[in-house]
Amino acid sequence: MTRTFRLAACASVLALGVGAPAAADCGIGAGSVSILGNDFPALQAVVAGARECAAGDVSVSANLTSDHRDLQVAALTANPSQYSVAVVANGSIVPLLNAGLIRPLDGLVERHGAGLQPSQLVRIEGQVMAVAFMANAQHLFYRSDVLEGAGAQSPETLADVLAAAEAIREAGIMEYPVAMVSGAGWNLAQEFVNLYLGHGGSFFEPGSAAPALNSDAGLAALETLKALTSYSNPDYLTFDSNSTQALWEAGEVALMLHWGSRAAGILSGENSPAEIVEATVLAPAPVVESGGRPATTLWWDGFTIAANTSDADAEASFLAMLNGLTPERIAANSELAVWLGEGFEPTPASAGVLASAQGGAAPYPMQPYMGLMHTALGDNLAPFLQGAASAEETLETIEAAYTTAARAQGFLN
Amino acid sequence: MRHRTFFWFIAPSLAAMILFIALPVVSVFIQSLHVEHEQVLRTVENCGPFGCSEETVIDRAATAELRAAQPLGRFAGLSNYTDRNHLAFSELATMWERSDSFADFTRRAMTLPFWRAMAFTLTFTFVVTPLVLTLGLAIALGVNALPRVFRGPTIFVSLLPMIVTPLIGSLVLFWMVDSRGVLGAFLQTLTNNPDLSLRASPTLTWIMLIVYGVWSSAPFAFIVFYAGLQTVPEEPLEAAMIDGANRWQRVRYVVIPHLMPLAVFITLMQLMDNFRVFEPIVGFQAQASATSLSYNIFNYLRGDAAQFGAAATTSMLTILGVVVLLTPVLIRTWRDFNRKRS
Repeated sequence: MTRTFRLAACASVLALGVGAPAAADCGIGAGSVSILGNDFPALQAVVAGARECAAGDVSVSANLTSDHRDLQVAALTANPSQYSVAVVANGSIVPLLNAGLIRPLDGLVERHGAGLQPSQLVRIEGQVMAVAFMANAQHLFYRSDVLEGAGAQSPETLADVLAAAEAIREAGIMEYPVAMVSGAGWNLAQEFVNLYLGHGGSFFEPGSAAPALNSDAGLAALETLKALTSYSNPDYLTFDSNSTQALWEAGEVALMLHWGSRAAGILSGENSPAEIVEATVLAPAPVVESGGRPATTLWWDGFTIAANTSDADAEASFLAMLNGLTPERIAANSELAVWLGEGFEPTPASAGVLASAQGGAAPYPMQPYMGLMHTALGDNLAPFLQGAASAEETLETIEAAYTTAARAQGFLN
Repeated sequence: MRHRTFFWFIAPSLAAMILFIALPVVSVFIQSLHVEHEQVLRTVENCGPFGCSEETVIDRAATAELRAAQPLGRFAGLSNYTDRNHLAFSELATMWERSDSFADFTRRAMTLPFWRAMAFTLTFTFVVTPLVLTLGLAIALGVNALPRVFRGPTIFVSLLPMIVTPLIGSLVLFWMVDSRGVLGAFLQTLTNNPDLSLRASPTLTWIMLIVYGVWSSAPFAFIVFYAGLQTVPEEPLEAAMIDGANRWQRVRYVVIPHLMPLAVFITLMQLMDNFRVFEPIVGFQAQASATSLSYNIFNYLRGDAAQFGAAATTSMLTILGVVVLLTPVLIRTWRDFNRKRS
């Protein structure tokens, strides 16, 4: 190898190493931005935008993981905190608020947030504590071709869903046409929360942490859940979002209650044949009675800034996140989510979430003790579905489990 | 060895044990006697993308004051131990009154987290431990009878289940027993039952976890027994052969008595390990059908609200359980030791 060639080779390697994308001008002088959040395509797009701010004295790093809920409290309790930004949802912001780990953003919004919509600002007691950027909800996916083949109408109520499932089974097309994100634990509890609120239930006595689950709505929600799972593959207690999406893409189910954030992936047709994608219809979450409230809960995802971080880093973090949420970027990624910011053009993938929200679906409850209720539900619903406990016993067990936890956490006496 | 010398000899490990084992256990015990402060709640108006609503929040200033006054939380005595999450005496009494048969009582008691975990943990421990001992000995005897050339590769293959990280091993098996996986589909064909699912029924899940437990621990017993087999003296074996003992009789009356101390050692380790069963429950996503004490601790600490008091109490009860399990084996070893010394 000649000397010149070797030099040229070295130079090209160096050039590759240095050839990072040109830094965007985010208006940050200096600072260090580190982001903790869940892992899904829309969030990856936002973080990619934030990363473009890295230049000179500005460093941007991110840890996107589905275990973010388990990490966030410990990571933000440290002083200085491990992350300057925590991306949360309306369920997962509560533990951070409870412990006072995130800072009010009013000043930063006033200085830099002119481009934000007023509805994006999450105000707790008047103070802006988070900037929401997307909405999510579970809704109904169905296969028009299979339903047609079975002679079923497009379902609107939960009874329609069950009737369509029965028709598909009767016609011998599929033995288990229904899929839900019904793995025992958090996921199964979320399905119950959706159905319970759809049946008009409320989890707590007004103005108190005392449980109010043992009601007609509770019994009805349990029966509906059992009816739906009787049309699900027998393994349903082990299903998470990935496994149900895979079932859909493999064409093994025809009716599915799943997160809107998965719609883009399903409609992209990357993992499934064109005829499945073409026949996939995104419908609002089913209602209990025509004209009623859809049996789902609305979630927002948004970012918060750690309290235990310097003011300079907080400002840098705020600006970097805004760079991930510019109207151009949102417009370019419209199919990934139901964005709340300017620039969003509704796409086919967002139809289910938008229709559910317009139908008046309830937001996920934000009481500080809702997390304990969710855990109690997740731990105690399975025996009922497996036939080891009656509906009344199950509601009693859940209330008892919740009460024990709420006492130990100081919410009840 | 003089006592003084002995003391200095073990001082470093003693210090490490106090620092890393004794003190944390004491700290966990103190934690288990406390519950969180009373949370001061307020109703405020919150607004977000889906409109405004009246919501309850924690009054942080007031709660912080309480916390500063008593950093450990409220002293609760043994209430964590007797509450519904643990020994649940009053719940058990109510259930006993309400039940019409013992089976009904058991069914009701299985909704209590501690007893539910205990039922699986004890079944797992007492089924897996003897199976591991027997299977480990069988493999060791088999490998020992092989021609020398084949021993190395066979040992390597037999050790694989132990080398695989438990969580990965259980995940691999989890996917294999899926109804579309190779084992699950095979079982469906074998039983001619297209609805058979190992993951759907609690009984089959228990069996699956137990099979996994034996699969992953047998290599440990095997390698210990195999090492022991290399030390079996030739003379008694030859004498037994001259006396007309067949292979089984030689194993039963010469080899097994020689390996007894090793069997006690393996039993000790296995009782401890199996009592702390955890990874397979997570790997097989089996929490709907089987939980263990370790899984409960994990569950209390995970998620939005870490329940330190409940986790600490379950930890203390786990330690207590290990002590109770090991006592008979330890007493036996102690007696043997004294007999040999005298």
